[in-house]
Formats: sequence, C-alpha cells, structure tokens
Amino acid sequence: MSDSTAIANGTPPAAPEHAHPPYQRHHFESMGQQVDATSFAMWLFLLTEIMFFGGLFTAYLIYRNWYYPAFVVGSHQLSLVWGTANTAVLILSSFTMAMGVWCAETRRKGGLVLCLTLTFILGLIFLGIKTIEWTEKAEKHHVPGFHYSVQSFVDPQSDTEVYKEYKDKPLPLDMARHTEVYFSLYFAMTGMHALHMVIGISILAFLIWRARAGAYTTGHVTFVENFGLYWHFVDIIWIFLFPLLYLISRHG
Amino acid sequence: MTTHQEHDKVGSGHQQEFHDAHDTHDHIVSPRIYIIVGATLLVFTGLTVLASLFDVGVWNPVLALFIACVKATIVVLFFMHVKYSSRLTKLTVFGGVFTFLVLMGMTLADYFTRAWGRW
Repeated sequence: MSDSTAIANGTPPAAPEHAHPPYQRHHFESMGQQVDATSFAMWLFLLTEIMFFGGLFTAYLIYRNWYYPAFVVGSHQLSLVWGTANTAVLILSSFTMAMGVWCAETRRKGGLVLCLTLTFILGLIFLGIKTIEWTEKAEKHHVPGFHYSVQSFVDPQSDTEVYKEYKDKPLPLDMARHTEVYFSLYFAMTGMHALHMVIGISILAFLIWRARAGAYTTGHVTFVENFGLYWHFVDIIWIFLFPLLYLISRHG
Repeated sequence: MTTHQEHDKVGSGHQQEFHDAHDTHDHIVSPRIYIIVGATLLVFTGLTVLASLFDVGVWNPVLALFIACVKATIVVLFFMHVKYSSRLTKLTVFGGVFTFLVLMGMTLADYFTRAWGRW
C-alpha cells in the first residue's frame, strides 16, 4: 500500500530500515547482537583453552602426588626472582592491554598504538626472561632426553648454588630419575604458554600496524577487545603456572 | 538496576528495540578501575611470594593456589569485563569453569585414592 503510494507520488523511498555501520555483518540484526555473538564465540574458544591447559595442570598435580620428592627438588632448580619478575611483567602487560581496549573504545588512536606497543614490548621481555631460564636448564642438562642428567639430585652438593639455598638431601637413583617427569611437565607447560605468547605477540604486531592506520578507533573495537580477552587468558594461565611450578614445593 | 536492564536487553537477541549508539560497547570500564586492579594483582603477587618464604606445611600450596584463584577471578571480572557483560557471557564463563573443576576434581579424586588401603 505504502509502496504503491510512494511510486504514484514519485516521492523517494524511505531510508532503509536496517541502516547500520559498515562493519556490521548483514546476518546480524544489530551491532549489539553481533558484538554479543563474537564475544560469546571468543569465550567458547577460551573455554577449550582452559580444558587444554587444565589437562596439563591435572597431569602435573597427579605426578607431583606420585613422585613428590622428585618434584620438590626439581622445583628448587627454578629461580624465584625470575619467576616473580615474569609474573609482574605479565600483569603489567595485561594492564597495558586493558588500557589499550579503553583507548579503542574512547577512540584515542595515539593512546591505543602506545598501549599495544607497550604490551608488545612487555610480551617480548617475558619471553626474554623465559629464554634465560630455559638456557640455564639446557646448560645443566635438565632438558628431558638423551642428555638428561640426574647429577644435581643424586649429589645435591655438586650443584653449589641450589645447595646453598635449599640444602636438599640426595635422592635414591630411581626417585632422582623422576625429576625428568617434573622437567617434562615444566617444559610442556611453560612451552605451551610461551607458544601462546608468541602467537599473541604476532597478532599484536598486526594490531599495532592496523591501529596506526586508525582501524580500531572509529567505533569498531571487536578485534582489539577479543584479542584483549586472549591476552588476559594467557596471563591467567601464568598466574596458575607460577605458584604450581615455582612456589608450592619450596619447603617440601 | 538500570544497568541490569540494559544488559538484559543486549543479552537477549530476540528483543527488537536496540539503540545502535548503545550497543557497540554498553559499558566502558574506566582507567581508574584498571589501575586499581593492576596494583591489586601486583600486591597479591608480592603476597604469594612472601607466603612461599614461610614453611607452613600443607598450607603452602593451599595458600598459593587460593591467591592464584583470587587473582584469576579479578582478571576475569575486570580486565575481561565479565562483571559488566551479558548474562550469556557470565553463564558461559561460569559453566565452563564449573565443568573444568568437575573434570579435574573427579580425576584427582580417582588418582589420589587409588592406593588407599594397599599399605
């Protein structure tokens, strides 16, 4: 009825009912629905990640329960100072990431680029510290495999620096060999976490490049926001790795 | 209360009255909160390291993991905006974590008790 009148009168047709911003996909009713759907999807992805890391955490707790003395001396090989420093670095990077999301939401292009760059640098610092720690493990032959050495555990006094701090008693050879299980899990867990950091840092480089072109400061913040969720998730994994690997076995 | 109603609206897709200006980001968390949260997380990190210096037996792991849970909850609620999110997101996060805890709890309960009564 109204259509025919419009044609008859020669008046231009009314503006389309679904006027929407260019970044809204056509299969969504509104921006709100699109934002909800994407963040729901992101959370579902993060839940699969929780299950993945959760498997590693569970394995760690089971083996720690079985080979407790080996896990205690194994964890004495880790540096509390580096571990604490890395935790602080990662929390700071989560803070700068959260500020980045705020800058995107309030359309501050310079602020967004700065925050993402800081997050990028802090991520690299974390990996740098991790590399220092891993290198030390390699030097002491604590990387599981053919070159693994139980020297520090059957003869703790030979490992002067660690012995000074913990005064560990020598372990019988069969228990000492199980420190390899501790280091397997150590490398699996910190390695998977570091892989997530590498992926995150790569995406950050892309985000910085796009943010400099003004991509995320015109109202469409979904990508930055969901990447933020990923980055905070990686932070949470470290929040649990730190006490499990470094702290809980210090007095075992 | 008004914020609650707004969130409900965003949370349920079948409701038709969306205000486009409102939808894109219904709640912007202020930098003040981020600063407080970041500082709190650093303080808790210090606390957990401090606690690890004292030998309190079985309470060492309990305390360390409790502090880790508190820190993770703070990150999820504020940095990850779950406190300000739709009910769908809240339910998703809670459902996922709950399922994970059930899986882990039952697995650990099994493994930790297998040798009971055998010595």
